[in-house]
Amino acid sequence: MDSPPIVISASPHVHSDRTSKRIMYDVVIAMVPAFLVSLYVFGINAFIATATAVVSCLLFEYLIQKYLLKTAITIADGSALITGILLAFNLPAGLPIWMIVVGSLVAIGIAKLSFGGLGFNIFNPALVGRVFLLVSFPVQMTLWPTAVENNTTLADAVTGATTLGIIKDGLQFGETMTELSAQLPSHLNLFLGITGGSLGEMSALALVLGGLYLLARKVISWHIPVAVLGTMALMTGIFWWADPQHYANPLIHVLSGGAILGAFYMATDLVTSPVTKKGMLIFAIGIGVITVVIRLFGSYPEGISFAILIMNAFVPLINKYFKPRRFGSKIKAKIV
Amino acid sequence: MLKTFPKGGIHPPENKLTSSKPIQRLPVPKVVYVPIAQHIGIPAEIIVDRKDKVEIGQVIAKSGGFVSSNIHSPVAGTVTKLDMIVDSTGYKKQCIVIRTDAKNASNFVETEYPLKKEIALEPQKILQRISDYGIVGLGGATFPSHVKLNIKADKKIDCLIINGVECEPYLTADHRLMLEKAEEILMGIQILMYALNVPRAIIGIENNKRDAIETFKKLILQEPKIQVAALQVKYPQGGEKQLVRALLKREVPKNGLPLDVGVIVHNVGTIFAIYQAVQHNKPLIERVVTVTGKKMGNASNFWVKIGTPIKDLITEVGGMPEGTRKIVNGGPMMGKALKNTDVPVTKGTSGILVISEDEASRGETKPCIRCGECVTVCPMGLEPHLLMNLSEKGMFENAGHEDILTCIECGSCSYVCPSHRPLLDYIRFGKSIVKKLDVSKN
Repeated sequence: MDSPPIVISASPHVHSDRTSKRIMYDVVIAMVPAFLVSLYVFGINAFIATATAVVSCLLFEYLIQKYLLKTAITIADGSALITGILLAFNLPAGLPIWMIVVGSLVAIGIAKLSFGGLGFNIFNPALVGRVFLLVSFPVQMTLWPTAVENNTTLADAVTGATTLGIIKDGLQFGETMTELSAQLPSHLNLFLGITGGSLGEMSALALVLGGLYLLARKVISWHIPVAVLGTMALMTGIFWWADPQHYANPLIHVLSGGAILGAFYMATDLVTSPVTKKGMLIFAIGIGVITVVIRLFGSYPEGISFAILIMNAFVPLINKYFKPRRFGSKIKAKIV
Repeated sequence: MLKTFPKGGIHPPENKLTSSKPIQRLPVPKVVYVPIAQHIGIPAEIIVDRKDKVEIGQVIAKSGGFVSSNIHSPVAGTVTKLDMIVDSTGYKKQCIVIRTDAKNASNFVETEYPLKKEIALEPQKILQRISDYGIVGLGGATFPSHVKLNIKADKKIDCLIINGVECEPYLTADHRLMLEKAEEILMGIQILMYALNVPRAIIGIENNKRDAIETFKKLILQEPKIQVAALQVKYPQGGEKQLVRALLKREVPKNGLPLDVGVIVHNVGTIFAIYQAVQHNKPLIERVVTVTGKKMGNASNFWVKIGTPIKDLITEVGGMPEGTRKIVNGGPMMGKALKNTDVPVTKGTSGILVISEDEASRGETKPCIRCGECVTVCPMGLEPHLLMNLSEKGMFENAGHEDILTCIECGSCSYVCPSHRPLLDYIRFGKSIVKKLDVSKN
């Protein structure tokens, strides 16, 4: 009468259809618009860089797991794919291929697998790869190709330096924002992506589009992106309000550099961000503050990669001290 | 805005397949298997012997202490055996086997009583009756009702909450009972309000049972002390603490009871059983059971005698569907998977759910990606991923300090975990050890 074998397991006996694999592939889908923009702006170089990073991330994960760690191969879970794409998004188009391969090895080998693989890494692997490359090859990593070299239709719309780079250099040489404004792309161009910068950080529009997809699919919550960008806008706004000749306006800060890419795609990395909403806000405000401090007072024009990595290190501490409120631990109700 | 509890919760597919199926009477089984531990607390003590003739409703096992309950014979017949049989916990438990007397007419009388409105008993007698007649919480916890109703002089109750939430997917036993026995339930509420001298009562029903809400709304027009509240559909709203929070915005303290915030919560099924005991002298010998499953042809709701083997129910709905891999006593979120269909229906059986191949197995466990979803959905404000890790690593003292004992085992964390981690399994394990260590006092 019982059709064997009967499964006996503890409750619950149903499960939501949300799986980690689906989450990972949702992130990949969300990055498609930004990838298309990078193809449009940088042409074949964008494709080569992304393909190189993705293939080497997957390959290194496979090789290290198979021959070094001798554990199960997890390249199909989508996480190495995301690391590859994000790493490429954080690099200038036209970076020598071997450097991309080195960056991938650092990201997967050091930042991810040496910590124990997916779920155990403390730092965002793609950012570790990028920062490793930035400090190892500072010249190549800040050589932003112009669109002309890549035969795109955008002519000289894309400059040889990033918006933040122009501002940093200009202000250091005593120029004012008014004098610099002629060299800067318009706000609209910044928003659309007609500017210079890393592969994937070009178009705020494309990134926000993907970000909204992630929000709609509930892969991320609004807390981190809103708090990162909000903190940046608020802080740069105060400086700009006090001295508009020596500080760029908050709109430029939010739209340029890696702010949106970082806020929506890297700071929100599930593994390396806090678990509670309260914790997420603290984490994101920290990222915003550190980014602005580096941008305004540090020697690098952009600082969000460093900011995220620094705050990644605080995540265990944040998780420990910003716990959800236990039900019934504080009794507000009184008997009427 | 519909009321609900603010922290956590999930909304699994409701799958209330049987909400329009009237409660049918299951044929009287030939043999009943009545376990003596059907409630939380001390098992009852058997007071009959082999070959004894028993009448329907006769006490066959006596309450073994304060937190215990009498057990009555669900049929008239002969005790054939005092046996050990596997019940829904999966363990062998002592049980009284009674062969139904096919010639005894009392077994086959349709017990439909007319509504009786006058309350003849004194408050103290009512409470005694509830205790004597074996009433336990029928929502699933099977906590002896008289214990809940035993209110110490220093506690004041200002509200009685009637739990008609039925937040478990699939189950419709309470829903049908509310539709078919609304007047009796209302009477039961009034009996309790009178016995405990409580000034008001609220019936909480989730908004996916509009018909039940409307039914009660019409009936309470002349009852200013009783309210009906529609609740947003959210699991586990049927949990006492969640329901009290949703209806009254009162938070039951961490290791406390609803009593500590002036509330008593009873399930609608329990209220109906109380009505029958007090007004019609009927002990708890039968209950409503939903028999359901996506492939179950004639899924429906039944009045079932306690002790009826589950296979009788399965036969009644057309037999076990092809490809069945799991049989659950209760709902899909908190029910227990059964070893076989010989297990009897007990006072806590609210449903029998049959799950087929594609849903029976769990997904492969993957590493935690710290998405925090379990923390978001936990209605008790716990961190399930952390509790699982602590239990897995044997750090029980820490688990105690992280309030592992306040977990209500609703299973929301395991339900949402994208990595299919057995969160609740480890938390249960951790709880069992922490209880022994008793370290979570502070």
